[in-house]
Amino acid sequence: MTSILAVTEQRDGVLRKVSLETLAAARQLADAMNGGGATVDAVVFGEGDVKGADELGGYGADRIQTANHAEFARYAPDGQAAVLEVLGRSADAIVFAATATGRDLAPRVAARLGVACATDVTAFGVEDGKLVATRPVYAGKALQKVRLTASPAVLSIRPNTFPATEVAKAGAIESVSIPEFSRRVTVTGTKAPEGGVLDVAEAPIVVSGGRGLKEPANFRLLEELAAALGNAAVGASRAVVDAGWRDHAAQVGQTGKTVSPGLYVAVGISGAIQHLAGMRTAKVIVAINKDKDAPIFKVADYGIVGDLFEVVPRLTEEVKKLRE
Amino acid sequence: MKIAVCLKRVPDTTTKIVIGADGVSIDETGVKFVPNPYDEYAIEAAISLKETAGTGEAVVYSLGGDAAQETMRTALAMGMDRGVLLQAPGSPDGLVIAKAFAAELEDQGFDLVLFGKMAVDDYNHQVGPMTAELLALPCITAVAHLDVTDGTITADREIEGALESSTCTLPAVLTCEKGLNTPRLPKLKGIMAAKKKPLEVKPVDLDGGGLEVVSLELPPDRPPGRIVGEGADAVPDLVNLLRTEAKAL
Ligand SMILES: Cc1cc2nc3c(=O)[nH]c(=O)nc-3n(C[C@H](O)[C@H](O)[C@H](O)COP(=O)(O)OP(=O)(O)OC[C@H]3O[C@@H](n4cnc5c(N)ncnc54)[C@H](O)[C@@H]3O)c2cc1C
Ligand SMILES: Nc1ncnc2c1ncn2[C@@H]1O[C@H](COP(=O)(O)O)[C@@H](O)[C@H]1O
Repeated sequence: MTSILAVTEQRDGVLRKVSLETLAAARQLADAMNGGGATVDAVVFGEGDVKGADELGGYGADRIQTANHAEFARYAPDGQAAVLEVLGRSADAIVFAATATGRDLAPRVAARLGVACATDVTAFGVEDGKLVATRPVYAGKALQKVRLTASPAVLSIRPNTFPATEVAKAGAIESVSIPEFSRRVTVTGTKAPEGGVLDVAEAPIVVSGGRGLKEPANFRLLEELAAALGNAAVGASRAVVDAGWRDHAAQVGQTGKTVSPGLYVAVGISGAIQHLAGMRTAKVIVAINKDKDAPIFKVADYGIVGDLFEVVPRLTEEVKKLRE
Repeated sequence: MKIAVCLKRVPDTTTKIVIGADGVSIDETGVKFVPNPYDEYAIEAAISLKETAGTGEAVVYSLGGDAAQETMRTALAMGMDRGVLLQAPGSPDGLVIAKAFAAELEDQGFDLVLFGKMAVDDYNHQVGPMTAELLALPCITAVAHLDVTDGTITADREIEGALESSTCTLPAVLTCEKGLNTPRLPKLKGIMAAKKKPLEVKPVDLDGGGLEVVSLELPPDRPPGRIVGEGADAVPDLVNLLRTEAKAL
């Protein structure tokens, strides 16, 4: 029997939303492989119960495999890789999300299993029983298709590309026995940085600002717009990150995050090729810039040529009206 | 402190991508190659850790064709002591590269093996943690803040909406994130000295790996956009289009 592992993530005992995307991709893969006979096993790591885990059956999980260990309250790379190494030996594919955690864990598991790994997959198909994955390379300037010839196929999917899908499956809960492992790295804790918890790489809407904002305090305008939009994160160009106006965690582009939100609003950003690399896969792009020849308008679906200090407050106002 | 850095030669980030005749790689005609930007943070970390320790060696490794030597000289000019090129053709997958590095680095007594978080050409984020697993060494990825004291590493990495702190002991593998430090520029004296530093070339045999590149294509062009209007007066039209046409609000 074929089985696909969907590796979920939790933080502070609560399942992370991106896990439903991982599960959607795993379900899609299961339905495409071997004429649809594969089962999807969602793997949940935690110290005890993880909030939201029992709902995974509603999103396509045939089984929910809970791996409980005192150390799994936090991310525990060595222990979790050891669990997945064992589970992976009898799986046909292991699906991760290409998040900070997934990017750390997927290659470890692949190396332990002696198989290759496809990172940041945005689409896939099955040809002759083998997974063929599409992934952006050269900062999104090209799309590479790779065939994963070894088994299990290990892949991580880009957040915001495989929407969470409600599919009712059994979602039978089983507990996984934890193999012996040697802990080489200890995660001692997390600290919240400035700027809220919604990450630009996962937010459904991103409002980004560049040097056109003139000074750090003016980012308040974008925070207000993001608040009005709801579910939005504030991003930044490298120019303003390097200037120390915004945290690197918010940087979008080649040496920052790659984002694929439903809506990306670029404010006072010229649209340098390295910035475009990080956001060109957004579904809808809006640009606000006073220079009508700014390269950002070449990728924008909708543009307003004008002074951001006039346009943005007005936009916030109109969005608020709409949301009322 | 004995430190290794794995450095990849990659196309400059401004490169306009042209697909090669084989349909699976880029056309390298006229492309400028540079050290992978994330690997420069690794080089800077290696040099400054060695400087702080007062003794030791910082060795730069690369896997690829002979052209990688030029990139390695840049690292030597920054202050790395010597280089080893694992000479191999083609573009092997991450695990194949990791196996070659693991075989080379094993038993050499390195306290630290440093990588970039990812290579900006393939975006794989793999070779560092894979090499660590093969060597059974502790590994912290995407390190943005680092402290090494008395054989213990404390490191912070960016996770979504937070910083995650980890600790481990030497020897260890780290992959470097932007913000870790500011890479130094090679000085003229360093460039002159680099010409005389040892750069060993070792041919390696690689297996075929498990990732076959089927095709490389340019992404579909975004459909041409439009300027909705000028100034704040255009905002209601924009909001309307976002709501009704794009269904983004
Ligand atoms: C190796 C490498 C990696 C890089 N990685 C990244 C990356 O990850 N992300 C990234 O963003 N960049 C990256 N860059 C930098 C990139 O090349 C650009 O320098 C940077 O994106 C420019 O930032 P900006 O658009 O904020 O500033 P600018 O290019 O200075 O643009 C400011 C824009 O604001 C507009 N403006 C000014 N005032 C107003 C106003 N009142 N109203 C409306 N508009 C106004 C101007 O018309 C202009 O278009 C990288 C560069 C290199 C070499
Ligand atoms: N061919 C190579 N030669 C030297 N180092 C490499 C090579 N490929 C990858 N690396 C290292 O591994 C890191 C991650 O690369 P990747 O897994 O390809 O994204 C890079 O930042 C380099 O430090």
